Amino acid sequence: MLAAVLSIGGIGLVAAAALGVAAKKFAVEVDPRELAILEVLPGANCGACGQPGCSGYAKGVADGTLAPNLCPPGGADVVEKIARIMGIEAVSAEPQIAVVLCQGDNSKATQKYRYLGLSDCNAAQKIADGPKTCPGGCLGLGSCQRACPFGAIEMTPEGLAVISREKCTGCTKCVAVCPRQVIRMTPLAATTHVLCNSHDKGPLIRKYCQIGCIGCHICKKTVPDAYAVEDFLARVDYAQHAQAAAAIEKCPTKCIRDFSSGYPQGSSFASPTVPVKTETAA
Amino acid sequence: MTLKTFTGGLHPPDSKQSSAHKPIERCPLPAELVIPAAQHIGAPAEICVAVGDQVKKGQVIAQAKGFVSVPIHASTSGEVIAVEPRLHPMGRALPAVVIKPDGLDQWDETLTANDPGQLDAEELKTLVREAGIVGLGGATFPAHVKLSPPEGKTIDTLILNGVECEPYLTADHRLMLEQAERIIDGINILRKILGVKTAIIGIEANKPDAIAHLEKECAAHDIQVQPLKVQYPQGAEKQLIDACLGRQVPSGGLPMDCGVVVQNVGTCAAISDAVRLGRPLVERIATVTGPGISEPKNLLIAIGTPLQHLVDQCGGLEGEPAKIIMGGPMMGQTQLSLEVPAIRGTSGLLIFREQDLQIKPAGPCIRCGRCISVCPIHLQPTTIAAYARLELIDEAESYHALDCIECGCCTYICPATLPLVQSIRHAKGGIMAKRRKL
Amino acid sequence: MDNQLYLSSSPHIHSGETTDKVMRLVIYALLPASALSIYFFGLPALGVLLICTLGCLAFEAISGKLMKQPLTLVDGSAALTGILLALNLPPSCPWWIALFGSAVAILIGKQIYGGLGYNPFNPALVARVVLLISFPVQMTSWTAPAPLGSGIDAVTAATPLGEMKTAVMLTGKLPELAGSGFGHYFTGNMAGCLGEVSAAALLLGGLFLLYKKIITWHIPVSFLGTVLLIGGIFWLVDPSKYPSPLFHLLTGGLLLGAFFMATDMVTSPVAFKGMLIFGFGCGLLTVLIRLFGGYPEGVSFAILLMNACTPLIDRYTRPKIYGQVQNT
Repeated sequence: MLAAVLSIGGIGLVAAAALGVAAKKFAVEVDPRELAILEVLPGANCGACGQPGCSGYAKGVADGTLAPNLCPPGGADVVEKIARIMGIEAVSAEPQIAVVLCQGDNSKATQKYRYLGLSDCNAAQKIADGPKTCPGGCLGLGSCQRACPFGAIEMTPEGLAVISREKCTGCTKCVAVCPRQVIRMTPLAATTHVLCNSHDKGPLIRKYCQIGCIGCHICKKTVPDAYAVEDFLARVDYAQHAQAAAAIEKCPTKCIRDFSSGYPQGSSFASPTVPVKTETAA
Repeated sequence: MTLKTFTGGLHPPDSKQSSAHKPIERCPLPAELVIPAAQHIGAPAEICVAVGDQVKKGQVIAQAKGFVSVPIHASTSGEVIAVEPRLHPMGRALPAVVIKPDGLDQWDETLTANDPGQLDAEELKTLVREAGIVGLGGATFPAHVKLSPPEGKTIDTLILNGVECEPYLTADHRLMLEQAERIIDGINILRKILGVKTAIIGIEANKPDAIAHLEKECAAHDIQVQPLKVQYPQGAEKQLIDACLGRQVPSGGLPMDCGVVVQNVGTCAAISDAVRLGRPLVERIATVTGPGISEPKNLLIAIGTPLQHLVDQCGGLEGEPAKIIMGGPMMGQTQLSLEVPAIRGTSGLLIFREQDLQIKPAGPCIRCGRCISVCPIHLQPTTIAAYARLELIDEAESYHALDCIECGCCTYICPATLPLVQSIRHAKGGIMAKRRKL
Repeated sequence: MDNQLYLSSSPHIHSGETTDKVMRLVIYALLPASALSIYFFGLPALGVLLICTLGCLAFEAISGKLMKQPLTLVDGSAALTGILLALNLPPSCPWWIALFGSAVAILIGKQIYGGLGYNPFNPALVARVVLLISFPVQMTSWTAPAPLGSGIDAVTAATPLGEMKTAVMLTGKLPELAGSGFGHYFTGNMAGCLGEVSAAALLLGGLFLLYKKIITWHIPVSFLGTVLLIGGIFWLVDPSKYPSPLFHLLTGGLLLGAFFMATDMVTSPVAFKGMLIFGFGCGLLTVLIRLFGGYPEGVSFAILLMNACTPLIDRYTRPKIYGQVQNT
């Protein structure tokens, strides 16, 4: 009995001593600021900063080679913290979130063929440019939802991708994966958007989608500063987004939406009653 | 003669009985021909005619761009009524020349007949190129490029592909039975171009009449006929070389790397016409078949004939079409509509109705291993597909995704109905995209 | 107006073979053995079969609902697991042990890994081993066969392997098992689990699976061949201590294991070379456990241990691709 206790105890002591020596002798010099920065980063390893994960970004900032405001998911909060750790002034860029510029789900838009195969938007796009007749509309097969590291994207029952304004951190992974470039980065403060991505002429659009932009210019006539119409597609001028909502009721196809009054039809997201993040550019 | 074969593959039902016995029939010209500029591997040709031009049959209407490219010719005499994007078999609108036939079907007078015996290899190759000859088995690779191996690659054998392993298709079968002399003439021209003596025609054993006929016809020309076991995809280049000669094309390489050039028998016949008659590739034989067609036939069609016109020639549709396939059922491409024109690579038109399709949602992979045992390249399709679905491109590459010949055996046999070929194509796309970035 | 044409990647035809067809054929192959077990052991056997099959179906449905997955009952894998589990239990097994086993098989053997196709271990064997270790007494209480209509109530008896292990441990020598026992072993007139008894029925089922190409010969042949070989070597060394290869073949769960459990596609290697290695490993471990291990029967443990090696075997038995360049 005693022999067992002594021998096990002895092994333990020897191992502990060896580990202690190794910890000192083989220690890697790390800049303590790097560790502190890593601590405040969101830890999602989404890659939006362009680095291989949060540790890569922390190292770059501590080195001085990267700017402190490159982490969209962290937001202004993290920029401020990093600035304090590094002892520098930091200005955060205006927060941006992703928006799917389309409302043409299966109940509103036609399909040019019945697609069979892998449930992936990029795979479907390779077959005759995708099953949706509209060349720019959302295919609804969920590639963006799978790419989102924050679970901010849902697919409605009728096959439309919708992004939660609360959960989106602006990492841009969904933008990169969408084969139709129907997802765009927009300022967080802007709640009004023209939800259409097709440059086809009005009569053609009416054939394949009930809720697409026909390029009628009425929005631009109503609020000239807030809209720009190019190639039969209207877009909100985000520098003047605050005024854009006034044109919504004039739009004949109802393709303009103010997200503060609700998400597209079929979405389960509840519209926030107050804007969620209230920071403004410093 | 013993039947040779390769390892792997499977044997789907032939389904050739509805057209194998039907002689080739010339399809009358349609009201308008839509001839796209992109009908081959390599750079699309550049259109060189304008609306209102009068063209003759065989006249160049689009010029070759670069070495890996061929010119496109008018399939009949008539007037160019449009030069605009038209729906292409690839699924989108691409530049095309639309010709309204004048009914006279007059050949271009500048085309001259030649005696291959008087021409050397370079001159023969030039004729092949100018005639727009591309692989008619479906790959549409410019023939003159195949016949121009770079320095250091010696060719010792010419193999002719008379296999036609795809179910339903019988065009090459009828060509071998009815026009063997054109094929043999083409083989002799090819032998001269390549400077080889050995020529082997591979034919699957489900065409015993063609084997017997060619054995008789080829006896005097020192061309060997090799009957092959009926196994899909025997007609794939790599498997054909393996079966006939026991040589394997190295991974990432081409048949010329093991001293072989393979050409389809239809391509041979076209080469014969190009050299001897001076006629470019403006027509080809295609099998119009499938349960969705009333009277399946083997038609000689003008390039640019809309598929609808082919259907009309075959008694029209049988029921509602659910899938329109250009090519065979294993590797063919589905089409958006029958207004799409037939092009140089159209070996067949296959119509399926809803009841002929097996549509089942994909289940989880049960690791049964069938896909691995049927793959003719001995890959692990389910593993590559799994990595592709997870977007792990490097891992997919390490499992040799790029070696896949997309024959479809794995997907055909999968009990979980997984879209294996599509997933592997997805991986290939990812690998090539990554390589382009680097 | 939506276009009604289908577009998809090639190929556009399919063999028609489906997962549920595969599962159904395996169930058919097990019917002779199941029927004979009811014949030899009576209503208790039927009870065990029903509880396990229905139990597995029920747990799969419940867990599917909880995991918010579409219903997978129709693919037949739950029913198959149920029957296989039942065949691995003694006829006197209490109903609550059978039910608990079903839960373990489906929930822990399969569902927590993500459902069909993702489990690393054979679900029926996982359940059997859990039960064996948790309830050793009930799991090793055997009854002698009482063919229906013979009027005999259940009589406790030992399995041939059990007798052998006990005798060897106590006396160092094999017991007096008359040669006439082999006839009984073949038809099923011996004590054991439901599915262990009738070699004839199991062979029939196995040959049916081979004929229908549901399984290939690689695993059964290498498994059984290895057992015969290694068992034979030991028998030749000392026939008084080690039983004959034929004894190994006909007793215990070897035939059930070789044809139905080791060949489970999800948990065995995908390439033919890997299957041969897998079968060899199963055979070797089975013989070693039977002769030198603490348990009289080694098939379950052998298969589970080899299941654990399957990913490694797969990694090192990748088929050589066509045109493999030498320096890669």
